[in-house]
Order: sequence, then C-alpha cells, then structure tokens
Amino acid sequence: MNKMMPWFRILFLGLISLLGFNNDIFAQNTLVSPQDFTAFDTPNDAGGSVSLTWRVVPENNKPEVPYLILAATAPDGPWFEQTTLVNLKSDYPQYFGLSASNKLWSYCEITDFKQSLTDDNPKPITATTYFKLAVTDGSKTLGFSSVVSAMHQGNWFDASKINILIFVVIFSFVIMFFISLARKNPDLFIRRIPGLDAIEEAIGRATEMGKPILYLNGLDGMGSLSTIAATSILGKVARKVANYDSQIKVPCRDPIVMSVCQEVVREAYLEAGRPDAYNQDNIFFITDDQFAYAAAVDGLMVRHKPAANLYMGYYYAESLLLAETGAAIGAIQIAGTDSITQLPFFITTCDYTLMGEELYAASAYLSREPLQTGSLKGQDFTKGLIILILILGSLASTAGITFLVNLFKTF
Amino acid sequence: MPESITTMQIIETWLAVGFTLMIYTFLYKDNPIFKLGEYIYVGLTAGYAVCYAWFTVIWPDLIYPLYRALTVSFHIKQWEKPLESHENLWLIIPLVLGILMLTRFSSKFNWLSRYTLAFIMGSVSGMSIPLVVSANIFKQMVPTLNPFWGPEVTIFQTINTCLILVGVIAVLIYFFFSVEHKGAVNKVARLGIFYMMVSFGAAFGYTVMARESLVIGRVTKLIKWASPDYYYATIILLFIIIGLVVLTELFSSRGERTE
Repeated sequence: MNKMMPWFRILFLGLISLLGFNNDIFAQNTLVSPQDFTAFDTPNDAGGSVSLTWRVVPENNKPEVPYLILAATAPDGPWFEQTTLVNLKSDYPQYFGLSASNKLWSYCEITDFKQSLTDDNPKPITATTYFKLAVTDGSKTLGFSSVVSAMHQGNWFDASKINILIFVVIFSFVIMFFISLARKNPDLFIRRIPGLDAIEEAIGRATEMGKPILYLNGLDGMGSLSTIAATSILGKVARKVANYDSQIKVPCRDPIVMSVCQEVVREAYLEAGRPDAYNQDNIFFITDDQFAYAAAVDGLMVRHKPAANLYMGYYYAESLLLAETGAAIGAIQIAGTDSITQLPFFITTCDYTLMGEELYAASAYLSREPLQTGSLKGQDFTKGLIILILILGSLASTAGITFLVNLFKTF
Repeated sequence: MPESITTMQIIETWLAVGFTLMIYTFLYKDNPIFKLGEYIYVGLTAGYAVCYAWFTVIWPDLIYPLYRALTVSFHIKQWEKPLESHENLWLIIPLVLGILMLTRFSSKFNWLSRYTLAFIMGSVSGMSIPLVVSANIFKQMVPTLNPFWGPEVTIFQTINTCLILVGVIAVLIYFFFSVEHKGAVNKVARLGIFYMMVSFGAAFGYTVMARESLVIGRVTKLIKWASPDYYYATIILLFIIIGLVVLTELFSSRGERTE
C-alpha cells in the first residue's frame, strides 16, 4: 500500500494541476459555453425564417462578447459562419408572449443561408438546416453548443393576434344581436346629425337650380374603410338624386373605386325605378395623381358650377384646394372624413362637416335600414364597453395589475 | 450657361416654370391657359400611372412569373425554386380576375366584372377589419391605460393621464348616436367637442405652416430660375403667360359681345 502511495500522489497532483490549469483559462476569460440552445420554426409568421434561442448567462452577457452562429445543411457539417451577435434582445412578445421568463432567453432569427460571414448573396433556407452556437472573445472560439436543427414553415394562424380575433367575434355577436333587435323594432332612436339632414336640402337646391351635384369619394382605394363608407353613402345620395330627377357627377381617383361607384349608382337608380336616367359617364376616372386630380376637380367645379359638393371619404393635402374652390363658386358643401389632419380645413370651408365616426354612421342615418341601424347601435354598445374598460383598466393599472393593459397589446 | 447646368436641365426648368405659372393663373380665374396646363398634367400623370403599373406590378409580379411557371422545365436548381417553379401557376387566378374587369367595356358581359369587384370588396374588408381594430382601438387604448399614481409616476404624468382619459371618454360620448345630447350627456359631449377643436386648431396651424413653406420653396425656385443661368426663364414665361391670358380674355369678351 505504501509502495502505491507515491504513484497515487503523482496522479492526484497531476489531476489537480490539470484542473488548476483549466480553471486559469475560465478565470481569465470568465465565459461559459452556450446553454439550452434550441432551433425551431419562427411562430406566427408566413414562413421563411427559423428562430434560435439560448439561455442568457450572466458571464457571457457583455457587449464585448460576440456569439457566432454557424449553419450547415448536414448534421456533421461543413459549417458556415452566419452572423455574429452582441447585446442580444431577449424579449419578443409577438413570438413568446408576455411572460417575465422571456428575459432569461436570448433570441435570433435566421432567414438566409450564407456561405460566409461576408456573403453578399445569401440564399433563402429551403431545407432542414443545422445550427450550432459558439461563444467567442472576439478573436477565438471558446465553446460550442450542441447541434440543433429546424425547418421553417408558414403558419396558418397568427396566435399573437388572438386578442383581435376575440374582440372581432364579440363585436360581431353584439352587432348581430342589435340587428335582430332593429328588425323587431325598426324605429330605434338615432340622434340628429345636422350634416346629414342637410344632404336632402342640398339635393333639393341642386334640383331647383338645375345644376349637378358633385360627389367625391376621397383619395383612398377600396382598401380604406372611409372609401367603403363613402361609397355606401353615395348609394343613398344617388337614390335621392334619382328620385328628384337631378344629376350627380362622381370623379374618381382610383379605377376600382370608379367601378364600384358605377355599380352602386346604377343599383340606386334601379331601386328608385329610374334605370333610364342612369348615365355611366357621370362616374368617371380622372387620374391617380393627387394634385392632378385636385386640379381637374377644381376645373370641373368652375366649369360645371355644381350646386352642391359632397366630400366623403379620406383626404390629404388637396382637401383645402377642393373645398376652397367649392366655396368660391357658391356651392353648398358637406364634407365627411375621418382624416384628422384635414378635418380643420373642411370645418372652415364647408357648410356642414361630418367628423370621424359620423361618416360611418351616415349610411345608417340616411337609409334607416334595420341592418345598418342595428350595426350603429352595436357600435355604440361597444363604445360603452370600451369606456368601462378604460376606467377599470386605469384603476387596475394604478393598483399594479397589468392584465387589462396586456390584453389589448398588439404586435 | 454655367458648365454645371446641362441643356436638358434648362429645358426641364423652362417646362417647370411654364407649368407652374400656367397653374397659378387659376388664382385669377379659370382660363384656357390653366385648362391647357391642367389637361397636360392630368394626361401625363394618367399615362405615367399606366406605365408604372406595368413595370412595377403587371410585368414583374404577374406576367413574368407566370410565363416562367408555364415554360420553365422542372429540373431547375433548388435555390431558384421560389421564383421559377410551377407554384406560381396560382397567378392565373388574379390574371382571370383582372381580365374580368375589362368586360366592363362590353354592355353584354359587363356583369362578369362584378365577380372581381365582389372579390376586391370582400378581401379588402377582411384585411382591413383586423388592422383597424389593432390600429384604431387597441393601439389607442393601451397608452390610455396609465396608472394615476405610483412610485414612478410624477404629478405631471398624473395630470396627463387624467386629461387623456377624460378627453377620450368625452370624445367617445360625443360619438354616441343612440343617446340624445341633452343634460349631462350634452355637457360631456361639449367637452368632447372642445377637446377635438383644440386638436383641430393645432393640426390647422401646423398644416398652414407646412403649406407656407411649400409656397416659399416654389417662389424661391422661381426667383432662382429668373437668373441669367436659366436664360431668365421665370421673367420671360411670366410675360408670355400674362400676355396669353390677356389675349384669351380679350377674345372671349369679344365673342360674348358678338353673341
């Protein structure tokens, strides 16, 4: 036993010295290998990217410590350097929710496969790709993670927008409930909106003077809710125009809007029993350039001298050019827009202005159809609900409860 | 002519000055010179829009990928797959929808264009609703839900929170259509109008300032273009256009007298 002791001592001291040497390296660099490195398809996206996460380690969480991501098309390589990262962001609520533990993870999104760090022509990832993560001190690699793999795919459902879906579903049920209520009782109360009462007056005036009515749908395309509301109001106005045997002119900035307006006006004339009076040429396209359109409409105003100008929809910098010319020719002017920056110009130059949501309410107000009246009532109910949420949410926020605030966060 | 100014730039300058002054004649009244400027402007922009649509949408996003999808053989390189594969055959659907829109020129088949219009209306409504809910409701609500007080809340933040919350609620109540504006509701609604008018006043002043800077910019350019470097473009064209307006006025007044 005693003979064995020196050998045991030598071996023991050797091991200690080896460990001591390794400890020196870690002590010098104070870095550790990446931990819990994972790769997966980026959630809630249309495909095309792979996400990588790894645990935040205090020793590595320094600005001068770059991580190096390597990728390969096979698990055993060859490995290509993709990107170096410092100061990584770890909080991506659109992908990982609002959990406080998100801050414990670093995150990186990879969309392309590079042949080198300086590859200017990276290719999109098209097959399962393998990744490993290295931690470096800026010059040499100090440790690798395990190899992980992932393949991207498009997601049919964006879970980060679930709160919007729930709101829309609840809102739809509320609207449907009030529509059914309006069908049972068509005389639901809607407060007086002077600007809309004046439309009838304007059409009457135009008929008496034997002059046309100029109707503008705004400058946005059919993707804008203001334009949809404007075309809906156009239908009601055109029906009244047909009944009065007056004339309506609708210059359009968008060819699709023009086509929709032609259909809407044609339908209105049919409903009024005057299909023969419909003239498709009165709804026409001018140009899609903002100021060329404004110049042409101004010219139209001074040459045709319409008795009434109706500006519905969304407007930009041309609003004053249009409304000022309309005021100069002495036309009765009614505007309706939800463009906050242009509302002041319409208020100062028009006889009546429908502000914001009054534009959306106009169609229901003019038609008094149960479908639209019920919808308006449903909107009012939802507004009441929002007021309640705002009061409760502010109080809850004061008490340190962030549940309601998080409920309405969108990404 | 300084060497830095090319002949092309001189021509462009004369055109810019000419059209600017032609459009400005509208400040006097509608006249043939303004009409000429307006028609050229409208015609050019409409033509430009067609070319723009062709070169940025129809050719690169529809015709070219569809042509490749129909003609390219399938033994292509893996990397080229997203652009040049049979997957792009789905583009036939928008092509057919686009062609259906052209049936509006036919009185017999124009009903076919309604399919395209229905598709556009349905799809844009579907796409707009979540965006509007997100941008106009949720994104507005979150900054309103601030704490009234707390360890990190200053007195000014408390005042701000109260002002914002009261303003939002008052404006929302103004837009209630189911309740008549009488009594307490009327008072709150009037407060809402007050809030809106403050906001509109600020927007008005801001926009007027921006418009003034646009006028200053254009006048500065006109002054610059009146220099010998540009062959007195502004001065010469100003006299020509004023002369033309006077002439057209004289002719039109003589025509009216003859009638």
